[in-house]
Amino acid sequence: MPDATELELTAQELREAHGAESIIDATFHRNRATLIANPAHVHDVLERLQAKGYKFLASLHGCDYYPEEPRLGILYELLDMDRVDRVSVKARVHTEDARISSVIDLFPGADYPEREVYDMFGVVFEGHPDLRRILMPEDYEGFPQRRDFPLGGEPVLFTHNEERSYGKWQ
Amino acid sequence: MSLTEDYRKREESITLSGEPIGETHELLTLNIGPHHPATHGVLRLITTLEGEVVRDIKPIVGYVHTGIEKTCEDKSYWKAIPVVERMDYLSYYFNATAFCGAVETLLGVEVPARAQYLRVIHLELNRIMSHLVWLGTSALDLGAISMFWYCFRERETILDLFEMSSGQRMHTRYIQVGGVIEDIPRGFEAKLRKFIAEMPDRADQYADLLEKNQIVLQRLHGTCQLDEETLLKLGVTGPLLRAAGNPWDLRKAQPYSSYDHFQFKIPVGTVGDNYDRYRVRHAELYESVKIIEQALDGLPEGPFITPDRKVALPPRHELATSMEALIHHFKLVTEGFRVPPGEAYYPIEGPRGELGCFVRADGSAKPARVHMRDPSFVNLQALGPMVRDSYIADLIATLAMLDPVLGGIDR
Amino acid sequence: MEVRREQLDGPGAPATDFRVRQLQARDMLRGDLEGEALERYVEERVMTTTLDRAVAWARGNSFFPLTFGLACCAIEMMSIVGARLDIARFGFEAFRASPRQADLLILSGRVSIKMAPVIRRIYDQMLDPKWAISMGACCSSMGVFNNYALVPADKFMPISVHVPGCPPRPEALAHGILRLRDMVQGHPRDGWRERYDAIGTEELLDPAAEAGSAAINVFEAGDTAGA
Repeated sequence: MPDATELELTAQELREAHGAESIIDATFHRNRATLIANPAHVHDVLERLQAKGYKFLASLHGCDYYPEEPRLGILYELLDMDRVDRVSVKARVHTEDARISSVIDLFPGADYPEREVYDMFGVVFEGHPDLRRILMPEDYEGFPQRRDFPLGGEPVLFTHNEERSYGKWQ
Repeated sequence: MSLTEDYRKREESITLSGEPIGETHELLTLNIGPHHPATHGVLRLITTLEGEVVRDIKPIVGYVHTGIEKTCEDKSYWKAIPVVERMDYLSYYFNATAFCGAVETLLGVEVPARAQYLRVIHLELNRIMSHLVWLGTSALDLGAISMFWYCFRERETILDLFEMSSGQRMHTRYIQVGGVIEDIPRGFEAKLRKFIAEMPDRADQYADLLEKNQIVLQRLHGTCQLDEETLLKLGVTGPLLRAAGNPWDLRKAQPYSSYDHFQFKIPVGTVGDNYDRYRVRHAELYESVKIIEQALDGLPEGPFITPDRKVALPPRHELATSMEALIHHFKLVTEGFRVPPGEAYYPIEGPRGELGCFVRADGSAKPARVHMRDPSFVNLQALGPMVRDSYIADLIATLAMLDPVLGGIDR
Repeated sequence: MEVRREQLDGPGAPATDFRVRQLQARDMLRGDLEGEALERYVEERVMTTTLDRAVAWARGNSFFPLTFGLACCAIEMMSIVGARLDIARFGFEAFRASPRQADLLILSGRVSIKMAPVIRRIYDQMLDPKWAISMGACCSSMGVFNNYALVPADKFMPISVHVPGCPPRPEALAHGILRLRDMVQGHPRDGWRERYDAIGTEELLDPAAEAGSAAINVFEAGDTAGA
């Protein structure tokens, strides 16, 4: 893990390269270094970090920060295998305009994870060659992992809830 | 000309180079799955064939999508452990360790040394079990049916050990936030020592059965190679990456759960073909046995779960005497513990590669987001580059050596 | 099917002398056996029953399960073939990969909304007579994951036996298959109803009321359109 100072230096370097608005914040919490990037600059930031040695995209996932705004977060967990160093990049987008550029040209392994984030959160990755639903059926409506999507399920009739179940009085 | 010579001659005329096809050829789209005995679950593959040569492949997943990540958000932290375990159903101890590790990081809880050693023992037993199921079913795909019985015989022995320590065969919920749920019972050690004494001999027997079989060797040697660089770009980790010669293993690189106390080697392959993938996993059986032996010899005394009563249940006998213990028990069982807000990503080395768990806490007793970076899901992307321009028979062998677990892919 | 053993060595029993039996056997092979000797011969060797019961006996003792695994339970389903609980003792070990050769569908795991149409199709492709076992909590009642992605198996296909557990032990599955065998052979066990003296409280569907309201995609016997 980079320590807090190194993280600040990295953030400064990225700000100099891509403009002051490219990195919104850098947080260091419980040994986890997070760069909060502007969604418009995510591709540039990741490219720069890749050139710095973070060549392996360990994970890409989404997260819903409801009720905070912007709600949807896309997290990139980067790994430097030579220095054994991890850093995560986070970009937050609004649900109304959930668009972010795809990083599949930098990390071909981002293909399925990006499709999963699209499937579960409805974030459109611009430049992804085959952005379809991956886990849910292709004609499914809604994005299940959003916090305002109901958990679903249905009551199951057991002997212990037979008394309360619908249709008992008919 | 004999029939064999004729066949060989025609086989030579098949080009594997992927050149544009002529006017006399035609591409065939063949659908394999979701119900197919060689897909190791409900994986669907849409293959484009030219004769017997695979030109393109599209895996379609999601047929066992269970919404486990969503279900976790509805359960308190300690109730989410059994749900998380059911993701990759061959490595349940790993799933639970990754989840508990992430929660422990957020809580700042220290895991006692004995609990770490007990975790290591069970994780490595689980790794052997997972590799045994892989070996049995893959050999079945290659036509070696008897391997299945031998591998499942050893698997039953391991499951007996799991049952002894936790009461369940699968999905044991043994790993707990802050340690393990219970100490190992009397008689467990003797039984485990008996098992680790005979396991290397058993692994030798598997090797004798498979590696002197010309059919198996021909189907594995030199088929579907993929170099290290492409694998890294695709995010592949675990035995597949090690088979291509990269000794990346989180147990050595980023030791967790006191893996740095043990002496073990990391098997690596040379070229990254199917044979190397088989050899690396087979050699890992021996290394896991070594780790278990060392952990059992050096098992420290002490508590098996953190003494922090805010996180761990108080021992049973205290409930009758201590009011405080009763309150803690009541709070934990009804509401669960609260986790301070934050995010954590906790990677461990699963049997198939880097298994990372991302947990976001919002201060309540339920996680706001749980995500598993499952190695099978990411590794499946390498199937296309591996099998392109090779025979469809090699596709089956490669899929077996890739070892995808569909429960982990779809979650 | 009942097999009765009867004492044949009563008064007037046939001579047990080896030479006599040898001569009788020669007569039998030649077709010369007649009279009381023929009667006795037939009584010793021929068993009469109805064709239905004979067929049910054969069916119940030789299920051909489909090689079909969904999730965790599939691993436990595989281990019933293993050496510990050798299901071949009962004659159920011949797993078939094609639904057209199988007559028992073991739903081993969770059924997602994406998989449910596929399973229904596989079930329709199986030839009659066919049975289905729902193994584990997930496909019986959605188990611990009662959420948007899953559907219980009873919603879209008939299930003969539910095996509880998460996942059920291999012994539990074997018990489920043996219960199914009892059912196929025409003497189903009543389980808890027998113990609690509750036989007759079963809620059965009225076949007459069901006749006009067949679900879509369910075909009459003999109709091959859906296969």
